[in-house]
Amino acid sequence: MSETKANIDHTHKHGDEPEHDHEHHIVSPMVYLSIVLALLFFTGITVWVSYIDLGQMRLFDTGFTLYWNPVVALAIACTKMTLVVLFFMHVKYSTKLTKLTVLSGFFIFLALIGMTLSDYVSRAWGRW
Amino acid sequence: MSDSTAIAHEPAGSHHEHPPYQRHHFESVSQQFDATNFAMWLFLLTEVMFFGGLFTAYLLMRNWYYPAFVEASHQLNIGWGTANTAVLITSSFTMAMGVYSAEMRRRGALVLFLVLTFILGLAFLGIKTIEYHEKWEKYHIPGIRYSTSAFTNPQSDPEVYKEYHDKPLPPDMASRTEMYFFLYFAMTGMHALHMIIGIGILGFMIYKAKNDAYTTGHVTFVENFGLYWHFVDIIWIFLFPLLYLISRY
Repeated sequence: MSETKANIDHTHKHGDEPEHDHEHHIVSPMVYLSIVLALLFFTGITVWVSYIDLGQMRLFDTGFTLYWNPVVALAIACTKMTLVVLFFMHVKYSTKLTKLTVLSGFFIFLALIGMTLSDYVSRAWGRW
Repeated sequence: MSDSTAIAHEPAGSHHEHPPYQRHHFESVSQQFDATNFAMWLFLLTEVMFFGGLFTAYLLMRNWYYPAFVEASHQLNIGWGTANTAVLITSSFTMAMGVYSAEMRRRGALVLFLVLTFILGLAFLGIKTIEYHEKWEKYHIPGIRYSTSAFTNPQSDPEVYKEYHDKPLPPDMASRTEMYFFLYFAMTGMHALHMIIGIGILGFMIYKAKNDAYTTGHVTFVENFGLYWHFVDIIWIFLFPLLYLISRY
């Protein structure tokens, strides 16, 4: 009997615990400063590297050619975006809900682009 | 926000004091913060999908009309583009410092950083105007004032020709450069519209911040506007390489 009561008490107490006990994290100005310097550095790098011909690669027998310049430019842009999202937009310090929301958003965005492209790529071979 | 944790730990349903900026239907300030933060992210994801459509269109058109897109992109000025990227990144930094100042409850610093962000936003639009004006003068406004002569006869544009030595495009491919400029104006125009809206809200926030609206613990509005401003920055981080950089070698 007492055990059951204790059990109920425990459940009750658990239910009362706030779900939003996430503490508001204040990011220090030094973090912001190093992020903005990194972003400006990457901007310089991406402009500099755009003048260099990084070559291209035939994708097996598909008739598609992969140019490396856009790949590198987008990789640098993705790095910059990650820095902005994690630090300026505080996702690194946010709740799991926010992290999950951001990640699933980008996943769906990529899935939509991928599915659209798969349609274009699989029709009119070689003519797109 | 120092007292928010204490409020959050009070049992549900108990009648407790709460700061005036806490809406009645929220249990605690931190719950209110999390809820509005989540909502702001949902809004930003709809924005990602909105710009995503434009990016996908650009990707497909670039693959279809590759030579036209390469030569048309040579018409953009890398110097102005790089300057604008630096301006926007710096404005994101000043915005982040604004959020920090609101959290630290420093009114003077908050107003200063909001004003700096406001000025940098205007500087971005100013540079964009210079670039748009150049397009107008060179007959590169699709549908309104357009000429393909710089692409059917690249030597007619000596400034660009001496740098890239573009070969003349056949007339049908040269006409596709109009699609590049259409996407250029659609994407940078939509981005600029977001900047204009953001600058408008910044003006409102500067007025409110002077009256201590955000420096008494209620940072939600500043924080969520910061998210919007950084999002606009991220769009530009992708627009800059895709429109200006990837066909320069």
